[in-house]
Amino acid sequence: MSSVTSGQVPLETIRVHGQSSGQPGTARSGMYRVLAASAARGQVELKQFFRSKDAVIFTLAMPAVLLVMLASIFGHTVPHTNVRFSQVYTTGLLAGGVASTCFLNLAVAVAGERENGALKRLAGTPMPKSAYFLGKAIQVLTICVLETAVLLVFGHFVYGVSFPDSAWHWFTFIWVTVLGAVCMALVGVAFSSLPRSARSAAPVANLPLLVLQFISGIFVPFTALPKTLYNVAGIFPLRWIAQGYRSALLPGYFTKVEPTHGWDHPQTALVLGVWSVLALVFAVRTFRWTGRGER
Amino acid sequence: MQRARARLSVGLKTTTWLATRASRSWEALNMLSEMVIRAEGLHKRYGHNVAVDGLDLQMARGEVLSLLGPNGAGKTTTVEMLEGYRRRDAGTATVLGEDPEKAGWAWRARRGIVLQSSEDVSDLTVAESVAHFARFYPAPASPADVIDRVGLTEKAGAMVRSLSGGQRRRLDVALGIVGRPELVFLDEPTTGFDPEARRQFWDVVRDLSREGTSILLTTHYLEEAEALADRVAVINRGKVVASGPPAELGGRQDAAAVVKWFGANGWETERTHEPTSLVRRLESVFGGEVPRLTVTRPTLEDVYLELIGAAGTAPSANGGVIGNV
Repeated sequence: MSSVTSGQVPLETIRVHGQSSGQPGTARSGMYRVLAASAARGQVELKQFFRSKDAVIFTLAMPAVLLVMLASIFGHTVPHTNVRFSQVYTTGLLAGGVASTCFLNLAVAVAGERENGALKRLAGTPMPKSAYFLGKAIQVLTICVLETAVLLVFGHFVYGVSFPDSAWHWFTFIWVTVLGAVCMALVGVAFSSLPRSARSAAPVANLPLLVLQFISGIFVPFTALPKTLYNVAGIFPLRWIAQGYRSALLPGYFTKVEPTHGWDHPQTALVLGVWSVLALVFAVRTFRWTGRGER
Repeated sequence: MQRARARLSVGLKTTTWLATRASRSWEALNMLSEMVIRAEGLHKRYGHNVAVDGLDLQMARGEVLSLLGPNGAGKTTTVEMLEGYRRRDAGTATVLGEDPEKAGWAWRARRGIVLQSSEDVSDLTVAESVAHFARFYPAPASPADVIDRVGLTEKAGAMVRSLSGGQRRRLDVALGIVGRPELVFLDEPTTGFDPEARRQFWDVVRDLSREGTSILLTTHYLEEAEALADRVAVINRGKVVASGPPAELGGRQDAAAVVKWFGANGWETERTHEPTSLVRRLESVFGGEVPRLTVTRPTLEDVYLELIGAAGTAPSANGGVIGNV
């Protein structure tokens, strides 16, 4: 029951179709298909990102520029420590960068691709659906790594932020980056279903992010925030990512100004994990491959 | 086996007209008579609005079937249920032997979809986009061949965003056929084309069809259906109200001819089933040439407008091939 009508179609088509009819393949070939398609998606996503040079430059430079501005306002050291605010800001903006690259970028991009038909077209191909998300993950993680590296190097040479000084601190730095990025990316994909149109996606996603950046100690030092506000921020992931970066980059005695006098790694992992799971469940239930106006 | 034979005999009866296109070999005829689409009693409603209301549709392998119908008639909903984008509320559908709602990736690789409008992949070149989509299919065509086929070879290195509307549409087709599908869905492919672009596009479709690809074409343009389709199905208010070869739709081939000439008292017209004898009579009346003589039969447009106008009242009063073939 192979499906060839024309002499021009070579025999391999018959074999491929014969093999696959009714049987979506073994688990191993299924995994291979997902990986191959994800690699293809990731490659195309990155190619498109790096092609808009202005976007690349501004995305990578933004946290550093913000750091310069904030550090010029708060020049002194954090009371009772030798740590300068510029160094605290570096850790905060690392977290802010992860949030905007992963959350903002995806919330806006996915809403746009839903509206312009990209998602619908992909859903019509044999591409495994997961490949789309893994491709996005490859894209945002790459941007995250670049942005983090730029800011870390910039903070090191301009404001004397020390690189993680032990294997343990590197480990902390890496898991905070990866878990933070995954969490924010999932929240971004889930969020993409909320804006009514691609045009409204940016403002709709920007407002909550901006609020979080203020109350999580990104733009305003957490030591200067009212306690209630900072506690509210504790419900959301961003504050914990920032705290995780402080634990990896600032001296150990800095915990004495932290609200709980500790780095709270278990809580950080818990909050990021819970948000990831919630966002994943929400995304799976609400994700649409076609635009809102369509029927 | 028995089922296949039964299907074959039904297919043979219903697609005898296809025989002209078919190769003489028994095998080819066997394949041609296989149904690639078989839908019965499709229903879909959105709130109180019934979009598709008991629609039946069949399509034979190798056929170019055109769906015609006014806006909101249920064409797009129907096509999307067959493509696997949309769930039906009721009815059965078999496309390439599987239920589109349950079929997996292997099935998705066997049909290609050219959507109505899309502005994606704009930061890639034509060649990159086609190569990218080829990677999702188990046995894709060579991207360069596909690009050549849709006439975009000169634009292969151009950014998608720089293409004109017509070129963009041809790229859409390239992306839809790069997996070498057996069945292609083309949804209003030439909307907004100038006449020349439309004709070039028709050649691409004819080329595909010649190779045996089955094509379900949704269009607003009756001349497009007439030029490309082996068979048209007119959809109105969620149902197929007529289907048949364009030349025979709604009994066109048997419809009365209108004979028109310029007589002593000005324009005169007469509707007749025997135009030849009328013309012969006129010839003797005028003693030679009949002034400004025309003999016309209803155009596809005439038949179509009648069908969608009369559909609510008496769809089967039109004679000809009504309902499903």
